[in-house]
Amino acid sequence: MTTDIHTGPGSSGRNAPLIEVRDLVTSFSTEAGRIKAIEGVGFIVRKGRILGIVGESGCGKSVTALSIMRLLPKPSGVIERGEIRLRGQDIAQLPVEGMNHIRGRQISMIFQEPMTALNPVHKIGRQLREVFDIHRSDLSKAQARTACIELLQKVGIPDPESRMDEYVHQISGGMRQRVMIAMALAGKPDILIADEPTTALDVTIQAQILQLILDLQAETGMAVIFITHDLGVIAEMCDDVLVMYAGKVAESASVKDLFSTPKHPYTQGLLRSIPTLDSRRKTILPVIDGMVPSLFDLPAGCRFQNRCPRAMPICETEPPPLYRVGSGHAVSCYLYDNIKDESAGG
Amino acid sequence: MKVENKALSPLLTVKNLKMHFPVRGGVFRRLRAKVFAVDDVSFSVPHGKTLGLVGESGCGKTTVGRCILKLYKPTAGKVVFNDRNVLSLQHEALRESRKDMQIIFQDPFESLNARHTIQEILEEPFIIHKIGNKNQRVARVRELLDRVGLPRNSLMRFPHEFSGGQRQRIGIARAIALHPKLIICDEPVSALDVSIQSQVLNLMLELQETLGLTYLFIAHDLAVVKHISDRIAVMYLGKIVEMSDADSIYEKPFHPYTRALISAIPIPDPFRKADKIVLRGDVPSPINPPPGCHFHTRCPYALDRCRVEPPGLKDAPGTSGEQHLVACIRAGEI
Repeated sequence: MTTDIHTGPGSSGRNAPLIEVRDLVTSFSTEAGRIKAIEGVGFIVRKGRILGIVGESGCGKSVTALSIMRLLPKPSGVIERGEIRLRGQDIAQLPVEGMNHIRGRQISMIFQEPMTALNPVHKIGRQLREVFDIHRSDLSKAQARTACIELLQKVGIPDPESRMDEYVHQISGGMRQRVMIAMALAGKPDILIADEPTTALDVTIQAQILQLILDLQAETGMAVIFITHDLGVIAEMCDDVLVMYAGKVAESASVKDLFSTPKHPYTQGLLRSIPTLDSRRKTILPVIDGMVPSLFDLPAGCRFQNRCPRAMPICETEPPPLYRVGSGHAVSCYLYDNIKDESAGG
Repeated sequence: MKVENKALSPLLTVKNLKMHFPVRGGVFRRLRAKVFAVDDVSFSVPHGKTLGLVGESGCGKTTVGRCILKLYKPTAGKVVFNDRNVLSLQHEALRESRKDMQIIFQDPFESLNARHTIQEILEEPFIIHKIGNKNQRVARVRELLDRVGLPRNSLMRFPHEFSGGQRQRIGIARAIALHPKLIICDEPVSALDVSIQSQVLNLMLELQETLGLTYLFIAHDLAVVKHISDRIAVMYLGKIVEMSDADSIYEKPFHPYTRALISAIPIPDPFRKADKIVLRGDVPSPINPPPGCHFHTRCPYALDRCRVEPPGLKDAPGTSGEQHLVACIRAGEI
């Protein structure tokens, strides 16, 4: 039912996708029954590209990341359907042992709150060395220590040698996130998933960490999946972007296309409603009325219909498929039904 | 009552406010050190206007707000509200003055009693201040719901049944219940989703207009602060480093910290890739702030003088009459 916009010429060969997610459905069991946290999510990330996933709380952006990492809470979270192709190999249903070879080496992840992701009772050096013990068992103890120090230096930690012997609570939030990034990069992964890595940080520290991720990405050529709620961060960091709403992809495009010609009424409303430094002070901001529907009580049809200024009768009955509206630009909205046929050919 | 000089005297004046928290330790709980959370802060807010207070975590912006309400007892300084020094008020007089000054918190969930219905939460201010009988109170609560855009059937529900944005509306309804003059807004939209943020900002602008409210708007998001404020003060490690009307602080910032803060905001426009000023290092601890200018450890323009001599908050070059104040000895030349 969903049109896959990404397949076509170029999906094989030297620019083959590093990761390709297709029609992913992840559900959770709750006291009130099973709910689908994401439904039909699909995207492609190629080498050296940064894909942003943006959306509000509960839209499924983190669940998408955890599904790829196969780190869904057990037993409640289950990948019901879909493929997660890593260099062609589907890892959606791979057993845990298989994932151990993939996590850290092929895909790594950093989290929003480094304090909870790091172990408070072990020294930083020990936590970092553990990564080398697992992925680079060929290194001697001394070599591993040197590698750790080099890595800390690379992520911009001053005086890395003495930091090795400190505990997590002794360093600042920005430094903790740097340690997390160092750990994630230790296994030289092809793909880094960053789940709101700067949301808990102050703006000036956020600027440092974003710059660090960009520098490391340019240096290693890894692909990055960057999850955030901040469209400003998307604009500054990413090449491509996926806008999610209530568990589904609303729009996917290159960053430039998304910001210059947003197609989905949700994306349009979102972009209009953010106050910027250029907007006129003390004026009423354009808003998206209403709220995101609960995942327990989703409407039939389009999930944005109750807030959409351009909703039509069909939006209430049938969920809209993804329409291709340009090269690499797709939108899940019936407003673009009529142009489907023209653009599919070109 | 005393309206005659309303236009002249500001509603709120904070003078040389200091809040030093003691750090105690050891067997005898001896004073080990002091946290210089707020260190000599002065500003005023005219009737019906909004002062935005921005800065990063630990800069003391929240502490300033709490001192004004006398939720903390400041170490030194004066808070003059409605021509009375709040800090010298006691008991009944203090309670009476709090009718006129209210606060909205960042996390509406933690600031609403989870075991009370919305009816009970919104009725409480009237009960505390012995206003009206039961029927009048219920009628006022209904009015409040309408005013902040919540459905009438909210009354018998509990805070957990509402979304973040709705809870913040409840927090706002509670704050405006007694017709206050001043509302301290402590990061009121930081915890909300983007599409909900603008709804709540609009509500606050509307209420300011219709009720003549004065806001002290505390936040770390400069774009949000600029949108709602008339004047903005930037804080760093317990001190105001720059203060000016909201437009000129963005158009012509003098302090290197203000410039770095503005430049650090991610702009939702991929076609405008400006050169960023990325500050090095972290904010130092307010327990032992660096001598001289507190910002010198991260300042790209610091001179030897900056390391010893604290800069005062002075008129920026080319301005006068405290229109645009800046605390930097190199303001204008850098």
